[in-house]
Amino acid sequence: MLKIKRVPTVVSNYQKDEASDESVGCGRNCLGACCLNGARLPLYACNKLEKSGTGEKVVISGEAREPPVAFLESLVLEEWEDRFQRGLFRYDVTACETKVIPGKYGFVAQLNEGRHLKKRPTEFRVDKVLQSFDGNKFNFTKVGQEELLFQFEAGEDCEAQFFPCMPVDAENSPSVVAINVSPIEYGHVLLIPRVLDCLPQRIDHKSLLLALHMAAEAANPYFRLGYNSLGAFATINHLHFQAYYLAMPFPLEKAPSKKMITTVSGVKISELVNYPVRSLLFEGGTSMQDLSDTVSDACVCLQNNNIPFNILISDSGRQIFLMPQCYAEKQALGEVSPELLETQVNPAVWEISGHMVLKRKEDYEGASEENAWRLLAEASLSEERFKEVNALIFEAIGCSNQEEELEGILVQPSGSVNQTGNRTLGGPITNGTASECLVLQ
Amino acid sequence: MSITQSSASLFSTTEEKEGTFNARYSLWIKEALDELPHSFTITDPFISGHPIVFASPGFLKMTGYSREEVIGRNGRAFQGPKTNRRSIMEIREAIREERPVQVSILNYRKSGSPFWMLFHMIPVFGNDDGRVIHFVAVQVPISGQKMRNGSGCSEMVFGSCRREVCLGSFVHQERALPVECDEQELENWEHCEASESEKLKSAEAVGSVLSVLTRYSEFAGRLVCGKRNCLRGADCLSSSLVISLGRIKQSFVLTNPCLPDMPIVYASDAFLTLTGYKRHEVLGQNCRFLSGVDTDSSVLYEMKECILKGQPCTVQILNYSNRKDKSTFWNLLHISPVRNASGKTAYFVGVQMEASCKDIESKELRPETRQLSVVGAVRVAVRSSFMATC
Repeated sequence: MLKIKRVPTVVSNYQKDEASDESVGCGRNCLGACCLNGARLPLYACNKLEKSGTGEKVVISGEAREPPVAFLESLVLEEWEDRFQRGLFRYDVTACETKVIPGKYGFVAQLNEGRHLKKRPTEFRVDKVLQSFDGNKFNFTKVGQEELLFQFEAGEDCEAQFFPCMPVDAENSPSVVAINVSPIEYGHVLLIPRVLDCLPQRIDHKSLLLALHMAAEAANPYFRLGYNSLGAFATINHLHFQAYYLAMPFPLEKAPSKKMITTVSGVKISELVNYPVRSLLFEGGTSMQDLSDTVSDACVCLQNNNIPFNILISDSGRQIFLMPQCYAEKQALGEVSPELLETQVNPAVWEISGHMVLKRKEDYEGASEENAWRLLAEASLSEERFKEVNALIFEAIGCSNQEEELEGILVQPSGSVNQTGNRTLGGPITNGTASECLVLQ
Repeated sequence: MSITQSSASLFSTTEEKEGTFNARYSLWIKEALDELPHSFTITDPFISGHPIVFASPGFLKMTGYSREEVIGRNGRAFQGPKTNRRSIMEIREAIREERPVQVSILNYRKSGSPFWMLFHMIPVFGNDDGRVIHFVAVQVPISGQKMRNGSGCSEMVFGSCRREVCLGSFVHQERALPVECDEQELENWEHCEASESEKLKSAEAVGSVLSVLTRYSEFAGRLVCGKRNCLRGADCLSSSLVISLGRIKQSFVLTNPCLPDMPIVYASDAFLTLTGYKRHEVLGQNCRFLSGVDTDSSVLYEMKECILKGQPCTVQILNYSNRKDKSTFWNLLHISPVRNASGKTAYFVGVQMEASCKDIESKELRPETRQLSVVGAVRVAVRSSFMATC
């Protein structure tokens, strides 16, 4: 009894849930060696320097045209709208009712009865964060080229450049942006670094930096990138990030944070306070690369320790949230309550950030901040486990036993009552940063 | 109910921007505001870019800018690399939700030197239509004197270069001098709490500005007030939606199919330039005023059919402008239904592009990519404007 208006879709064959992979000859117009020859896509090469001002100059080969909104945003939206009108999505996500749940944090709930029906089953084990790429399983070289929007590169020049029609050259190891055919929101895309290299779903320094570049290029705080590791509800074991627009803050972004340390490269690491999922927030750094490398080091550490996690890149690449989680493990051990399981909501990055896609009308009508909190709290590591994991991370990024000689601890005056210093295991002295704001009603 | 909005469509000069501000209030409003000692700015969300339309002498003195340098800028211009991101978000969200906010934030003067201030902003509503007319923002510099949390000096550590001095002043807290920390330190502070008296000052300043605005708007017959006294009408867009739409630099309109005769409820600046009309002349009107004697009626019919079916369509239509030469132009027009958060169609967006010549084969018309990106941007804005009709 679907209430969603189904737009007739042009679905490439390999989107259907098929157990076996028939290697019929081509005609699929995919990204495999069979079809790649002659493939062309627009290419956006962002500038190699960090963006400082709000002005964004993009050099476009061919006639210069002033885009309606900032360039990358324009490109994403126009390509998405084009695919939208061509019926390439499984449903019209804008026809899905959505609301802000009343409460302190403003969780966002969406009623989407159609999303999970044709969902790709997860084709790998959920208890291992690191698994090898398997070409036989579904991956992004199998999608039809019509689902690809453009190539995205960290450019070599001082200016961003755009080439409306560039061959997709395997030698260049292109990274692409594709549509998500089961979108959570309008504009939901996937960033697939070095798609032809068939990297498994795991964070590496170069790829995370590319994702950060994309967030910075979009220059819109409402365009975030997200990542799910295996075991934290990634559905495809082929390296990808997700992104979409939602013009309001995520609850995760509103949570107060307490500073823990600042690394030698100036990256400030805080922990979130009063949020159902215990998370770390990374920001600052002498350069974008410093921020990216610190987070990558932390992720590699988690991966090596088989700890599933999610990442949210927020505030146009200035803030990165790292959320280790254990929901899948609890599920497997039968420790999650039946009511929560029945909602069939898996706490992946968007859910943890506060955007919940609900499959049943009753869950949507009855959506409350308490329910959302309860679900997310199940995904969180315990206080103790979180401390252990933090210690691992700090050691990996070279911060344990670091004395704060260089700058001194930064001032934390605040009016909040429960301000206590917090010593992590073997770590430096921490001090709080409550985000202070008196909101007058 | 006709929609009243700032009259002039393009604001390229300081006078023009200030002019829209003056238009809302009776004469001498600027002089009355100039007499207030406080530092404050007034912004207009209905102008693209949500710019400052009034800056008090106190503000200019505090920041070191001239009036011409400030009018037309967005408030973000005074933030800098060390401004706390969370505070920026708090302000942005207060604007989006049309509610007051009071937050300490680091700003930068023209000279580049940073300073902490208490930023206190309120929306000002039209009494008759419930719309946000302006935002008033007051800035109270914070001396940083209140830098203690009372739980012991071990947690009270300043930057190392000032350690001795500050610990010294802590010991003599009753006689603590205003901390004249060097600028490097100011930027490094995570936060700078305003004192109670500074908070009171800001509330008082806000009250003074509001009462001047109220008085002068009353004289002008179009009262404004600090609280929303009636629900915003269906033909009124929220200021946050207008701010989002104002970012789109292309000719387009939003029409409301749920209102009689499907009137225009939003028109971009570029649309006004293209067609030569003023905003108040087009809002509330059906788009047919752009058609004329030689406009192909079969094209009009085709558009109407698509609208009824709720489908996008692209047509090439002859339009009649109100520009000085009253010229006609070929308009490559792309129309699409736009849904809001309820999932239902709330508007139609029409994106115009002046075409150089008429294509013969109109069946094969495809929208330009620029037009599609406008549609996409509008979809995101409308869908996310959860503070929908009242």
